[in-house]
This record gives sequence, structure tokens and C-alpha cells, in this order.
Amino acid sequence: MESKNPVVAELDGIGRIYQMGSTEVRALDGIDVSFRAGEYWAIMGSSGSGKSTLLNILGCIDRPTFGNYTVNGYNVNDLDDDDLSQLRGRELGFIFQSFNLIPQLNMLENILVPVFYQDNPRPDARERAFMLAERLGLADRLDHRPVELSGGQQQRVAIARALINDPPILLADEATGNLDTQTTGEILELFDELHAEGKTILLVTHEHEVGAHAERTMYLRDGLIDRIEENES
Amino acid sequence: MSGILTRTVALGVKSLLLHKLRSLLTTLGVLFGVSSVIAMLAIGEGASAEAQEQIKQLGSQNVILRSVKPPDDAASSQESRLVVYGLTHNDFSRITDTYPWVEHAVPVRVLQQEVRFDERVMHPRVLATEASYELATGRMMHEGRFLSATDVASVANVCVLGYEVARNLMPLSSPLGQRIKIGNEYFTVVGTMLPRVPLGDDVPLPGADVTGEVLIPLSTGARWFGEMQVKIRAGSREMEEVELHEIIVHVDKAENVERTAAACREMLTRNHEQHDYEVIVPLELLARAEETKRIFNIVLGSIAGISLLVGGIGIMNVMLATVTERTREIGIRRALGAKQHHIVFQFLVETVVLSVGGGLAGIILGVAIPIGVEYFADMRTIVQPSAPLLAFGISVSIGLLFGLYPAWRAAQMDPVEALRHE
Ligand SMILES: Nc1ncnc2c1ncn2[C@@H]1O[C@H](COP(=O)(O)OP(=O)(O)OP(=O)(O)O)[C@@H](O)[C@H]1O
Ligand SMILES: [Mg+2]
Repeated sequence: MESKNPVVAELDGIGRIYQMGSTEVRALDGIDVSFRAGEYWAIMGSSGSGKSTLLNILGCIDRPTFGNYTVNGYNVNDLDDDDLSQLRGRELGFIFQSFNLIPQLNMLENILVPVFYQDNPRPDARERAFMLAERLGLADRLDHRPVELSGGQQQRVAIARALINDPPILLADEATGNLDTQTTGEILELFDELHAEGKTILLVTHEHEVGAHAERTMYLRDGLIDRIEENES
Repeated sequence: MSGILTRTVALGVKSLLLHKLRSLLTTLGVLFGVSSVIAMLAIGEGASAEAQEQIKQLGSQNVILRSVKPPDDAASSQESRLVVYGLTHNDFSRITDTYPWVEHAVPVRVLQQEVRFDERVMHPRVLATEASYELATGRMMHEGRFLSATDVASVANVCVLGYEVARNLMPLSSPLGQRIKIGNEYFTVVGTMLPRVPLGDDVPLPGADVTGEVLIPLSTGARWFGEMQVKIRAGSREMEEVELHEIIVHVDKAENVERTAAACREMLTRNHEQHDYEVIVPLELLARAEETKRIFNIVLGSIAGISLLVGGIGIMNVMLATVTERTREIGIRRALGAKQHHIVFQFLVETVVLSVGGGLAGIILGVAIPIGVEYFADMRTIVQPSAPLLAFGISVSIGLLFGLYPAWRAAQMDPVEALRHE
């Protein structure tokens, strides 16, 4: 099942080194991989293997210590902080383990946060927010604050927020890690749907059942790619 | 752009309302700073306006010579004695004869006489003076005419009433042509004067004694009441003899005031053995009052500056805590596409909302205090329209100034680090 779609994200010798006093931690130590549009990847590996570090770099909230990362044609090394911020909001949708909603905002406002920071926000953002809320079964919860919702509902809001600017790439770091099995199933179904619609999805997890939803799984070990496995669908 | 501003302000208010008490307490510093600035300015402005008005009433083209009783020497405390002191008719003629730029020199005697009309009795200042008093003091007539040169020459029993005296003696009828009793003599009222400060309607002047005056010709005063005054003091009788209580020297233009004052001082020193006079130069007093006001404003400004500084530091302190507390929120926003300037703007707006909130409350309080002071302490206050505007500008500036550092700190945070923050 070789995809012929264009490459949307390409890592070329990516490394990330944390300096801890005099010792350096090589969280990533030379990653080469390309992601094509519409692919669904799981990223797995033992704790401390560098999954989150990799996803943060892919999501442009962290910069590599060395190597080149190109996303949708932009080499992040050439972008300044403003451009990178703009790129995050436009091209990348981030979904976190702990949902990361803003507590003083209601659901609708939370969904609309990424719109607020775009240079050219889509004019139909509000309608789109209602549409997404409808689709994710949140329509009657839009004026609630995060604390008034269940974890599953919060994660749906976070997904709606990640989708509001219609980015081609979705990044999820243990997005189901805080959810029970049933809710996890629902969220994964949602990812399957989004994948079917053509989104590129990169999903960090350490649960094989979760990883099995993806087309292929990348295993990391000590900051390096250990192997890449195709999953039978 | 205005949409962003409105939304950011709304967001700021929302965030501040999450901690209502803290936000309220934070604004207190600015609130009290601003209100004290406005209130103190208003009180200072009122006091200084009052002083300046009083000085101006003395006349900016005038030099006023006044008799002053020299201090008692203990040896002469007899049962009854005669004290002779003060300005003399000789002083008066020297002034009129010598200086060409003196337009009028007005002699004034102050008589302690009772004034009666029917059953009404008053004790106003009875001034014996000449026709030029009207010009030198710039007094305005309400009804009738002032004393004339003919009145003085013919030693006429006529008088002019100050506004308050006229109102109190004859509240219902016009005093013109009425005969009132001063001491034991009858005087015909030929005119009444307006209060010194035209107050518009029929507002009685505060400190009514200013207009509590009755004016009679100098010559008439000398004829009936002489130059001797008896004062009873703690059992002893003391008689004072003063020729003139006051000489108002009116010069042609303000530039000549100084040299006139100097010349008068010099002349009086030469002709008086004791220092039984004083020379009052309203223009100098005015300059001194202005200097005092300037110093007052500097002191006031420093106090205000310090209190606003303290208020600003309080706000900065809370905002730094807020930024730390909301590190995660900052990380989330950055991850969702917020640029550094968005974060700066968000926290800056929040600080400005705080300080402006305090500032607006401070303006209300600051305007209310002078009203209260005026009402309860009977002091004059003036709230200049510029004061609340200034205060508002200051509170915005405080928000910007003291918000900048916390906002900058927030924007400098590393998104990944911020997201990891608990
Ligand atoms: N800010 C940091 N400073 C120092 N070392 C760090 C930092 N962040 C991560 N590391 C180190 O980098 C390595 C990779 O961390 P990372 O968080 O990417 O692992 P992970 O695969 O996501 O693990 P987990 O499954 O526990 O989430 C670890 O050894 C970690 O200790
Ligand atoms: Mg991780």
C-alpha cells in the first residue's frame, strides 16, 4: 500500500540535545523520515525514547538542535518565531494528552482560539466551529467551561480546536492516555474518519491497540528509529 | 484590529474576574493614588485661588500702608495710658506731593462705631475715607453713588453701605435716602456697593465681614469721632491715637508698584521713630502666593508620583504572579499559533484594564472628596477638568509601564517548557 501522495513533512538528520548541566541528553539523534499527505502513523517506543520530543519538533513548538525539518515546503530553520507561530496555527493541529483547554473560556471560545491568532482568519470560522461541534456531539455544551465537562468531551473540544483552521496535519501526543477504553474507542473512530477525509495523522502512543488504528507504526529507541512496520488493515 | 482589541479586552476582563478579590485589591493602589492626586489638586487649587482673589482685591496697582501698633514695653503698663502710633497726615501729604506716578493716595480711618437703623444694630467696619477710595479699590456701586469730593469738602453727614450691611439693615426697602445712625450721629445713605466678588445672583458672600463696611467722608469722621479710641483691656483702660489707619497708594501702572513700595518704606523709616507701620504690596504677595503654589504642586506631585509608583509596583507584582500561574495557558496559546506579540498584548491589556479600572474608580473618588470637603469643611475646592484627564492618562501609562515587563516575560517563555508546566 505505497502512497503516491506528496510529502508534507520531511525530517532529515534531525537531532535534539538537552543540556543538563555538564551532561547532554540526546533525546533525538538523527531521524530521517518522510510523511506523505493522508498517511496515518503511530509513533511508539518505550518511555524516554524521544516520542514527545519528535512530535514537538514535528509540531513546530520545539526546534531541532541539528538537521532539517521541512513542513509543507517550509524549512523551519529558515523561519523566525512569528512565521513558525503562524505555521503552527495554519498547518498543524495539536492534540494533547491532558486536553489543554483554557479554563476561563467556554467551549466555543476554546475552539476559536487558533482562529484568533491567524493573520488571515477564515471568515466562516464561527459557522465552522458550530459545524465541528455538531459533528463531535458537543452542540449543546458550547457555553460550558472545561471543568464542567468529562475528559472525553474535553478531548473532543480539543480536537475541534485542532481542526478549526483546517490544517492538513494532525499531531496527537497520547491523546487517549487519560481516557477510558470506551471513550478511547470513540476518539480513535474519529481519527479514522479524519484519516478517511485525507488528514495526515501522526499519533504518539504506547498502546498497541491504539497504534493498530494507524497504517504504519514507527518504533523509536534511544532517539533513533528502531523500525517501521506496516499494519494490516 | 479593533475587533482584536475588543476581544482581548473582553478576555482580559474575563481572566481578571476569575480572581475578583485579587483584582480588586490590586487596583486599590492606583485607585488611592489617582484619587489623592485629584483631591489634593482640587483643594490646593481652591486654596490658592482664594488667596489670589484676596490679594487681587487689595489691588495689583496698589501699595497699602497700614498702621501697626508697636509691641508693648513692659515698663509702661500703667492703669490707663495713651498710645500714639501709626501713619500721619504728614506721611499722606509727602506721598501725594512727591511721586508723580501715584494716581491716588487714599487716606482711611477705621472707626469703631455702632451702626443702627430702627431696631437693627450692626458693628461693621466704619471707614472714613475720600472719594478716590472707589477708584483705588475698584469697588462697584450697586445703587446710588459713592462719596464725592463735595461730601468731603462740605463735611456732609452722608454714608455709603457695603452690600451686606445694606441687606441686613434694610432687607426690604431701598436704603437710598434713608437715615442711619452711626455712633450718635445721623447719616443719609447715598449709595450701596456691590460685594467685592461679583457672585452673580443673590449669593451671600462667605466671610461677610469683607463687605461689612460703612463708608463716610474722612472730614465728617474727624469732626464727630476724633482721632482717639478707647480700648478696655483686662481692667485697664488704654487709649489709642492713630491719625490714619491706612493709606492706599494707587499708582498708574503695575511696573511702578515696586519703586513706590521702596520709596514709601524709605520715607516711613526716615519719619517714624518706631516701626508702627507695615507696607503691604499685593503684587509681591501674589508672586509669593504663586511661588508657594508652585512648591505645593511639586510636593504634591512627588507624593502623587510615589503613591502611583507603589500602585504600579503592586500591579506589576500581581501580574508577574499571574504570568507564572498561567504559564500553561501561555504554552497552549503559543502551540495554537499565538505569536510573541499576541502574548505581550494580552497581558498588557490585562494590566491596563486593571490600572484603568483603578484609575476610573480613583477619578470618581477623587472628584467626590473635594465635594465632601467643600460641604463639610467649608473650604473652596476647584477640580480642573484637566485633572481627571491627567489621572486617566497616568493610570493608562502605569498599566503600560508596569505591565510591559510581566508581559515580556510571558512572551519569552519557551512553548514546550510552558506546556509542561503544571
Ligand atoms: N526539557 C528537557 N530537559 C532535559 N531532558 C529532557 C527534556 N525533555 C525530554 N528530555 C529527555 O529526553 C528524552 C526523551 O524524552 P521524551 O519526553 O521525548 O520521551 P517520550 O518518548 O515522550 O517518553 P514518555 O513515553 O514517557 O512520554 C528523555 O530521556 C527525557 O528525559
Ligand atoms: Mg511523551
